[in-house]
Amino acid sequence: MFKHHRHHHRKIEHPVSNNGEFPLSQLPAGIAARVARVRGGHWLVNRIACLGFTPGAEVRLLQNYGNGPLIAIVRGSRLALGRGESEHILVKVIEA
Amino acid sequence: MTQPALAIPSLAEQPEPALVIALVGQPNVGKSSVFNDLTGQAQYVSNWPGKTSEPKCGDCDTDGMRIQMVDLPGTYSLSANSTEERIVRDFLIHQQPDVVALIVNATALERNLYLLAELLALPVKIVLGLNMLDTAAQQGIIIEPHVLEAALGLPVIPLNAARSQGVEELLQTAACLATQPLVDTPNRPEIRADHRDVLQALQELIAPYVPEPYPADWTALKLLEGDWQVTEMMQAHLGEQWQPVHAILMQHEDAILAIAGGRYEWIGRMMRAAVTQPRSGQLTLTDRIDRVATHPLWGMLILLGILGFLFWLTYALGTPLQTWLDVNLVQAGSLWAQAQMQAAPPWLTGLVVNGMIAGVGTVLTLLPILLIFFSVLGILEDLGYMARAAYVMDRFMHLMGLHGKSFLPLFLGFGCNVPAVMGARSIESPKARLITILVTPLVPCTARLAVLATLAPIFFGVHALWATWGLVALNLVVLTGVGIVLHEGLLGGEHKAFIMELPLYQLPNLRSIGASLWQRLVDFIKMAGSIILVVSVLLWALSTFPGGTIHTSILGLVGQKLAPLGRIMGLDWQMLVALLTSFVRKENTIPTLAVLYGVGTQGAGLADVLGSRLTQPAALAFLAVQMLFIPCMATLATIHQETRSWRWTVLSVVLLLAVSLAMGIAIYQGAALVGWM
Repeated sequence: MFKHHRHHHRKIEHPVSNNGEFPLSQLPAGIAARVARVRGGHWLVNRIACLGFTPGAEVRLLQNYGNGPLIAIVRGSRLALGRGESEHILVKVIEA
Repeated sequence: MTQPALAIPSLAEQPEPALVIALVGQPNVGKSSVFNDLTGQAQYVSNWPGKTSEPKCGDCDTDGMRIQMVDLPGTYSLSANSTEERIVRDFLIHQQPDVVALIVNATALERNLYLLAELLALPVKIVLGLNMLDTAAQQGIIIEPHVLEAALGLPVIPLNAARSQGVEELLQTAACLATQPLVDTPNRPEIRADHRDVLQALQELIAPYVPEPYPADWTALKLLEGDWQVTEMMQAHLGEQWQPVHAILMQHEDAILAIAGGRYEWIGRMMRAAVTQPRSGQLTLTDRIDRVATHPLWGMLILLGILGFLFWLTYALGTPLQTWLDVNLVQAGSLWAQAQMQAAPPWLTGLVVNGMIAGVGTVLTLLPILLIFFSVLGILEDLGYMARAAYVMDRFMHLMGLHGKSFLPLFLGFGCNVPAVMGARSIESPKARLITILVTPLVPCTARLAVLATLAPIFFGVHALWATWGLVALNLVVLTGVGIVLHEGLLGGEHKAFIMELPLYQLPNLRSIGASLWQRLVDFIKMAGSIILVVSVLLWALSTFPGGTIHTSILGLVGQKLAPLGRIMGLDWQMLVALLTSFVRKENTIPTLAVLYGVGTQGAGLADVLGSRLTQPAALAFLAVQMLFIPCMATLATIHQETRSWRWTVLSVVLLLAVSLAMGIAIYQGAALVGWM
């Protein structure tokens, strides 16, 4: 399903989930996806949403080494986010 | 609204300004450049009633009108997510500035306009400063300010804050806007359609109960967003009526996404009209640099390289300058004063030479090191690198319960704790900043390391290196422990989320860096001339009177009274006094011991006495206490200056006193238990 975009990135498990949604933490770098849902407490959802992760927003990872924090591009700006936070953002791959 | 400008504006009297303009913006938009441009050096911290954190203010004039600029902290939104966000919205709602100047970064316009979407829900007049248009153009983002102005329905001023372009026009537009009545912007963001009825119902329910000066529609919106501060406020004001409101809110827990989504839909419409985006997927310069700078391995090596360079610069340039200042300012000053005061009574000469010049002079010799640290830090910050350093270090700092941004200030602490405490300013979250400031004195600075390096061979001979490394490691372990405890105690699980913007790399604005460097140096010199002067004189008096020597002085007597405490750690009273005098400067430990034992600091004298007087466990206990002891006078004064709180300053002393003594006792008694004597 996914091509591994950059050879030096650690291999990431193919996500298995209902209707194609899976956590952002499992999105390989370089693949364009769309935010489907954001889950979690008020504080975290608010923080994530105001920075641009709202349903429908396009997101692409610049860095995802399979552990540690990752770097995403969303709404034209680069955001670094912890792996824990990225579990709260569910995305769906944009089919070309 | 406009009052005639005063003929001779005098800073000392600070006449009531004709207009108050609040500068608002997200982080990394060049807001401080705009502020520095407009106000020059005339900046001050103003106390707004009921605020613990004071926004920076500055005065400027346009068309003969006196204007007070208020620089509010950088925030991404106006929720109660963080203290800064509360400061900004409390200021806007309660102080009601005449105009809000919102500065946005053209390279991240979409996310930047989110703050505008929030501001439009408040009754404020807004002028938009569109900064970094040239950088955006380099990225292929073309923005037409006039089209954006027409779409938004509010004035849009193109800025190049780094070159001071457009700043004056921004000010004039704001001043002009202030004289006009507040009109509703026709084109405002709306909540997503599926939640419109809920918002309407909620607003009708609460409207009669919303306290002044909160707007009812804004309050309803914040309730739906789940904003805890507004929720608490309305719960108190609604009383019995809270139940139906609460029921609605419980049914619509997902409303945050509808509100934020609605705002971004509105932003999308504005963007489509005025902005041409580049083809996506192009690799920018920032992406290229980040491939290396944020790489788990290379990024770490780059960071270590930069830090290595910084410390090389400190030793190659800072330390010689410091020595030069010590010889030509402190020592020469002392000799000169002694020569001038031959006729004066000895106590007066002592006061001037050993009290004032020694204390204040020593602190002033730190200036070259501060200058080097803050120039480099300022450049790295402006360059956009600091966020990357925080990103690279984040996983390690999390182990200590700290944010990645705490790493750099703490690392500076190895050079000197003073710039480390000041450097914590770059951490936005006030609580995280406070924790960083409180644990900073646990980083062993060069002065303490020098004492350790002198004494360890005396006590431990060939094992000195192991003792030294062990004691430095002990400091870092204690730092981690205290960090975790403070984090749990102060933050209680809040702010654990790690989401941080990585701004585009850009050329640093040297003028703006120079301005904030100057501000820091002025603050530091003022501190040396006030609080440090008083404390130096006080300590000199305590170590001189009565009797004229430290043996018979109050400090000596205190040491002797504390002798029982010393015995628990295997130390005599002279060692305790040496610890106390290290408060003036950490290097004082050794000369004090030499004076108290009646030997010279050089040669075998002190080494013989110390070697024969202390058992190895007692020596280890002494060194551990010395390494963990209360911060020096300059650090403590800086802690007070940065926290603006005596409570936290005193807490810092109590905390370190407790930790260091507990560690000393644990080491000595522990050694006794296992039979190492």
